[in-house]
Amino acid sequence: MKEIRIHGRGGQGAVLAARMLASAFVTEGKYVASFPMYGFERRGAPVVAFTRIDDKPIREKTQIYNPDCLIVIDPGLLTLPTLFTGLRPESAFILNSPKKLTKQPNENLKIGAVVNATGIAVQEIGRDIPNTCLLGAFAAATGWLRLDSLLACLKDYLSGDILQRNLKSAERGYKEVEVIKW
Amino acid sequence: MKAKKGTVRVITGNAAAAYAAMLCRPDVATSYPITPMSEVAEQLSTFRAEGVMNAEMVEVEGENSAMNVVAAASIAGGRTFTATSSWGLVYMYDALLQAAGFRAPVVMAIANRETPGILAVSSGQQDIIATRDSGWIQIIVENCQEILDQIIMAFRLAEDYDIQLPVMVNYDGFYLSYLSEAVAIPAIEDVDKFLDPLKMQPQRPKLQPGVPLGCGTHGIEIGFMELRYKHCQALQRALKKVDAIDAEFKEFFGRSYGGQIEEYRTEDAEIIILTSGGAAGTTRAVVDAKRAEGVKVGLVKLRLFRPFPEERLVQALKGKKAIGVIDRSVAYGWNGGPIYTELRMLSPKIGFVPILSYIDGLANMDITIPHIERVINEVNAAAKGKSYQEVTWIPLEE
Amino acid sequence: MVIKHKNIFETENAWSNADKLLLCLDTGSWRTERPVLDQAKCNYCGLCALYCPPQCMLDKGDHFESNLAYCKGCGICAHECPRGALTMVPEREFDNEG
Repeated sequence: MKEIRIHGRGGQGAVLAARMLASAFVTEGKYVASFPMYGFERRGAPVVAFTRIDDKPIREKTQIYNPDCLIVIDPGLLTLPTLFTGLRPESAFILNSPKKLTKQPNENLKIGAVVNATGIAVQEIGRDIPNTCLLGAFAAATGWLRLDSLLACLKDYLSGDILQRNLKSAERGYKEVEVIKW
Repeated sequence: MKAKKGTVRVITGNAAAAYAAMLCRPDVATSYPITPMSEVAEQLSTFRAEGVMNAEMVEVEGENSAMNVVAAASIAGGRTFTATSSWGLVYMYDALLQAAGFRAPVVMAIANRETPGILAVSSGQQDIIATRDSGWIQIIVENCQEILDQIIMAFRLAEDYDIQLPVMVNYDGFYLSYLSEAVAIPAIEDVDKFLDPLKMQPQRPKLQPGVPLGCGTHGIEIGFMELRYKHCQALQRALKKVDAIDAEFKEFFGRSYGGQIEEYRTEDAEIIILTSGGAAGTTRAVVDAKRAEGVKVGLVKLRLFRPFPEERLVQALKGKKAIGVIDRSVAYGWNGGPIYTELRMLSPKIGFVPILSYIDGLANMDITIPHIERVINEVNAAAKGKSYQEVTWIPLEE
Repeated sequence: MVIKHKNIFETENAWSNADKLLLCLDTGSWRTERPVLDQAKCNYCGLCALYCPPQCMLDKGDHFESNLAYCKGCGICAHECPRGALTMVPEREFDNEG
């Protein structure tokens, strides 16, 4: 079983990202379970989404304390003191940032991936909604999900022009993410 | 005749509830939004707007009206559905009691949330407990597929001529209401077939223009007792009916949940953990892990809470050496959780073994794997004769 | 039961004292835009401070400024200012740490 934790702020599409991820993995024949936890349900307030993936039915209904992968949609959340607590050994870290990763944030991380998802989203979608771009980056950095699976499931959530723009954003995330292996 | 495989979609618990209602072709589906179930009302509205569901959706100004609308529509012969949570559920309390007393077979989805008293917009089962004496049938489910399946079964149960009682299908707010899972959504024709047996039964009385039948007549003295007795007897009949309908569902759709309770690895178990809802799912995983360590533990998942599944529990728990009950609510006036205090009444029949009460998971607090491991360890120790603490509020000890 | 939890409330029920801190969140980080004052237009009427929901307007003697540690960027001050002296400006136009 893989446990993925997505950190974002209300309005960045963290919750939708977790659902899209779940849908994408289902098309690859995996079992999934994904849910968000809000402190305060409003734009800008921190939100966490927990996604589990497995080859057999998932029974656990708890939050995720030992992630195999962290996806951070807002770099401002890096200051969270417990962000890296409980990370599994050889885990992955996907970050939305215009800057590069200068050091290994935690010794349990094996993969570090950075992409300027905000920049790409503003260019492709016209708004700072970096979620689909980051999912593309996640797919590339971890190799746990095929890009075409991700792109195929976006139409379940978006349509028309917005869908096309997000497909572009996701593809660019996949191609432009910088991956470091520690 | 077996059902086709359902269409698999990744949907939330709330959406699963709305899908289930839609598939049962309700006549009236009125719901007032409240966190964490607003999506149910939104999804029902979407189905209506898209022409997928033809139900009348009365725009009510609050939950009290919502229940009045569906109870009245039910008495007029309609199939009805609504959904709410905590504050909404208690706001409709008088109408809730009316619906049950009128024997209106309303089906209601509840995304469980803490009740008023302490302001909380968070998960908890206190709303189930606050309405446990409403005369409604109360069932608690563990995951999104079960939400969908149980609501379909709820219509079959509520409208059964032998039962004629409203049914609440409960699922954890936040942890299940917002949980996205792959859910097999049956074809509507198959749901029609599953509910077909209802058409073969005698039809319950209903309000009709021009027909001098009225519902809700004054009950006086012995007449009141007669009606109250009939209601209580119907609740007792619901026990076996829940099992029978689960068997029907398994036969037709290929999925079974055990009926009143589900027993997981209980046959050779020495100790049992009894719990409900999403926590039962987590407990399943911990039971497997502990079994691998050699601990003979099993899970009893309580599905039917009202009526209380006394006989099935006695069968499952008799001869076990100790039982741990994890409650996601409190029993005011007793020391311990509600499922625990009710289980204690079975001690003469199951044997006076240690029963340990654990209160956890209030107000969105997580019932974690380490918590459940602790419960199993302590129950195991109690089974071996070690002294134990009868009631533990797990998070307060951390 | 051995309670390790340290009480958050001094009372039996849910009282909170407006003069004491019960919960202090980094709400300033929730902001996506902030109020910017054109001091030339301000006449120190104080309506912005009165309307501010978290009451985080600081009195600077001849004008008010939002306390950026808590300002959530709701925009009510800008909406209520009778002189239009406040404008909501997106956060990304300011140099923020990330």
